[in-house]
Amino acid sequence: MSQRVDEPHDDMRMHITAPVIEPGYDFGTVTDKISAIVLRRRTPPGWFFGFSISFIITMILMVTITHLVLTGIGIWGNNQPVGWSFDIINFVWWIGIGHAGTLISAILLLFRQTWRTSINRFAEAMTLFAVACAGLFPLLHTGRPWLAYWLFPYPNTMGIQPQFRSPLMWDVFAVSTYGTVSALFWFIGLIPDFATLRDRAKSRFFQVVYGMLSLGWRGSARHWFRYETTYLLLAGLATPLVLSVHTIVSFDFAVSVIPGWHATIFPPYFVAGAIYAGFAMVLLLTIPIRKLYGLEDFITGRHIRNMAKIMLATGLLVAYSYMVETFTAWYSGNAYEEYMIFNRFKGPYMWLYWLLIFCNAVAPQVLWFRRVRHSNVAIWIVSIIVSVGMWLERFIIIPVSLHRDFLPSSWGMYAPTLWDWTMFIGTIGMFFLLLLLFIRFLPMISIFEMRTILPQAEIREEEA
Amino acid sequence: MPQIFHQSTNTIAKVSIFGAVFIGAALLFVIAEFNRSSYYTQAFVARPQPVQFSHKHHVGDDGIDCRYCHTTVETSASAGMPSTKTCMNCHSQIWANSPYLEPVRASFRDEKPIGWVRVHDLPDFVYFNHSIHVNKGVGCSTCHGAVDNMPLMYQVASLQMEWCLQCHRNPEAVLRPKDQIFNMQWQAPANQKEVGAQLAKSYNIRSTAVLTSCSTCHR
Repeated sequence: MSQRVDEPHDDMRMHITAPVIEPGYDFGTVTDKISAIVLRRRTPPGWFFGFSISFIITMILMVTITHLVLTGIGIWGNNQPVGWSFDIINFVWWIGIGHAGTLISAILLLFRQTWRTSINRFAEAMTLFAVACAGLFPLLHTGRPWLAYWLFPYPNTMGIQPQFRSPLMWDVFAVSTYGTVSALFWFIGLIPDFATLRDRAKSRFFQVVYGMLSLGWRGSARHWFRYETTYLLLAGLATPLVLSVHTIVSFDFAVSVIPGWHATIFPPYFVAGAIYAGFAMVLLLTIPIRKLYGLEDFITGRHIRNMAKIMLATGLLVAYSYMVETFTAWYSGNAYEEYMIFNRFKGPYMWLYWLLIFCNAVAPQVLWFRRVRHSNVAIWIVSIIVSVGMWLERFIIIPVSLHRDFLPSSWGMYAPTLWDWTMFIGTIGMFFLLLLLFIRFLPMISIFEMRTILPQAEIREEEA
Repeated sequence: MPQIFHQSTNTIAKVSIFGAVFIGAALLFVIAEFNRSSYYTQAFVARPQPVQFSHKHHVGDDGIDCRYCHTTVETSASAGMPSTKTCMNCHSQIWANSPYLEPVRASFRDEKPIGWVRVHDLPDFVYFNHSIHVNKGVGCSTCHGAVDNMPLMYQVASLQMEWCLQCHRNPEAVLRPKDQIFNMQWQAPANQKEVGAQLAKSYNIRSTAVLTSCSTCHR
């Protein structure tokens, strides 16, 4: 782990006020504390409460999907002229949320930011589950999910290949690559910890399960050498994905000619928004969970504040994008572009637009204040507001751009149906269900990486 | 502490890594082959019919033209199935008492059509028209094979979309002169490439882009 440990005399360290791990821990106690959550500690009642609720909501999702498959996508509210709505809004929203995990695990690793160590496992899990939720939407949006394999190029009996010039195809590859690399990265990172759990598990069942997952890890020098190389390579592979996946998602819109979609700023705008939403979600989850499990020593105030700062920075990028969209509409001199912005400002969905501006551009500005950044409750509230705001952003982009067609005779309005809502809320339930299972059965903080950021690990480096 | 796994697990683990790749690849191959097999496409599988009608006898031995029975092949989407009266044109005179032909006579007496079993059954979402093919130089045997050699009728092609597209992407390879359409023995000449290109021009066959456009067949 040597390359990931900050040099103790690094200038950066002088300015850091809070540590990434509270003092008083050694290798044994760190391992004990994290692995006990999975192996020994009694599951807190809060877990059972959360699990029951998210299980019920997941069942609502199952009912919705069953009804959807049996009936068809006509149960949703989207229809001409609004052909895309909740199905695509939620897809983009979930995919965006995943981005923080990849940023934390890959980019911050390459930049040697030690503070990522406490939160990367959790954020990567969040990425995976968010991608799982996201994937459901386009899959069911196709209307015939049982034929979804047609999206992949394989030697089919139709003698045709998918349309590679369509951004919707690029989407399939971007998202499936993203899901695969995220899962691999997550799993590789877990292997040494699986071995720790295997060695500490008391019951035969868990010994076998964790033993199989650890792939025969013995912690030899050769193992570590290969492990380090693999992990670094995967980080290199995952890094471009942080930028590419949401760029391609934005192409779904930007490549079309709909006013409000056809804009060159879309790729960076979407990537910034994705990281923004992702960090909001990481904060939304870590703040209560570290409290519930008493992990304040590992996920310290510094983590929370760093993430809040990234949220503020990406929030400013997003706010800038809103300004550029407005400017471009005016500067284009195109009647349809101008009307698109006018319709956002004063149209039938104006209250949603102004709510979006409040949530994404105005509210996060409180993070400039030191007092707010030091209040977990305040940051938690801001991250909820941002999560709502990012969802509204996609609502403004998708149905609001579509509901005013080029011909006024084709204008329409969009309203979601009950099934739209159960589908959306259902995926939130599924997300939390998977997350709670993850917290219960896997170490939510990387044990071996936490050991490397202990002072003891650094001293040993110097002596060697 | 005792070992959790037996020593053999090492070997099993290594084998399973390669096994996963090979089993995955083999499975995909099997699925692809199954989808193209006769079991699935029913190609080369003779269907039982209510009457043991032999194309080999009627076309090959007797030399009856396709259009004697399939009367609308040049003018409409369906080639047309002959009515029982068409059969009786001859069979009121020859083989008039054959027990094999009792279902035909029964059909004629009772005025109930014979329930032939359809052999070439395209899916309903495909718009197929016989007349355009026949009038633009596609011979019967190109799709139906050497019918004059078939005692019982069967498909010689998978009727899958890749099979249709084979020609739609390169129609020149199979085009014939007008007088060869119903010739069961027709073979492509050595210079089919040039002849086919000329024929395509004289038949005014549209570009491959039009022939392979989705809505050409799926309307």
